[in-house]
Amino acid sequence: MKTSIFFTYLLILAGTTYLIRVIPFIAIKEKINNRFIRSFLYYIPYAVLTAMTIPAIFYATNWWVGAVAGLIVAVILALKGKGLTTVAICSCVAVFLVELIRF
Amino acid sequence: MNNYKRGLIAGIPIALGYLSVSFTFGIMAVSFGLSWWQAVLISMTTVTSAGQFAGIGIMIHPGQYIQMLISQITINIRYSFMSISIGQKADNRFKGIYRWLLGFFITDEIFAVATKEEEIKRSFFAGLATLPYFGWAFGTFIGAILGNILPDRLMSALSVAIYGMFVAIVVPEMKKARPVLIVVIIAILLSCLFYYVPLLSKISSGITITIVAITAAAIGSIFFPVKDEISNSED
Repeated sequence: MKTSIFFTYLLILAGTTYLIRVIPFIAIKEKINNRFIRSFLYYIPYAVLTAMTIPAIFYATNWWVGAVAGLIVAVILALKGKGLTTVAICSCVAVFLVELIRF
Repeated sequence: MNNYKRGLIAGIPIALGYLSVSFTFGIMAVSFGLSWWQAVLISMTTVTSAGQFAGIGIMIHPGQYIQMLISQITINIRYSFMSISIGQKADNRFKGIYRWLLGFFITDEIFAVATKEEEIKRSFFAGLATLPYFGWAFGTFIGAILGNILPDRLMSALSVAIYGMFVAIVVPEMKKARPVLIVVIIAILLSCLFYYVPLLSKISSGITITIVAITAAAIGSIFFPVKDEISNSED
């Protein structure tokens, strides 16, 4: 690929992504009082994260059983109130151990 | 502990998770014919997973500038909701030039961790963004240079780090507030629908996430609007 073409693409890629993030961040300064919008903003992170996790997690690992184990461990630890790092690391360890059975 | 340091620590699991994702991106970018510095430059200027993967898919064809623009808008529009949401909770020092600078670092994961704060302090957010940003760039570099030399088994285990973190964010709130549980169930059902139903599964994952999330959050907002003043629902 020609360098000039690469940079044109890069400009569009990075520029669009940046503006999508920053324009609403700059433009909306005042507190939103609309109850629907406030509710929406409260629910949106949980909805986004759920949509990103399920079913993608089952295809992220070498073996789906490993992913299921990782998910179960994560849910149990999260229910017990463990922090992000603990949950994430234990989840990885669970996948690693379960996948040892297979290979 | 000061806020920047607290943010740095909160960013560790994100950075770990990013390593494996950006590593994959690095490998893929090189296999698509980009050089290592191009892959790293894309990661350092864009910092978005789905958008970058779609982006390099378009880059290999010449002259598809409009497609690039449209794909990035549709895949990344969710960031607009996130930045509005962060803006609502930002402390009073988090304004002006700082929004122009730090707004660059709004990703799904950074957003998710930031929203757990009662009030998002500028310095906390800056700390939070630091390690994931370098993790993202470094992972891309390693992936582009080394390709497949990390043991496959380790990569597989690392690939759930990000999801484990998501679970740690969603589950406690689900336990606390029944409406969140319902929103989560709706999101799971819709997400599986888009994944497994033949025609729907052709839609890019970035767009799917946006559609699923908007629908689930809108249903939640209609049936279970949050109480006045307390946006962080106590249920």
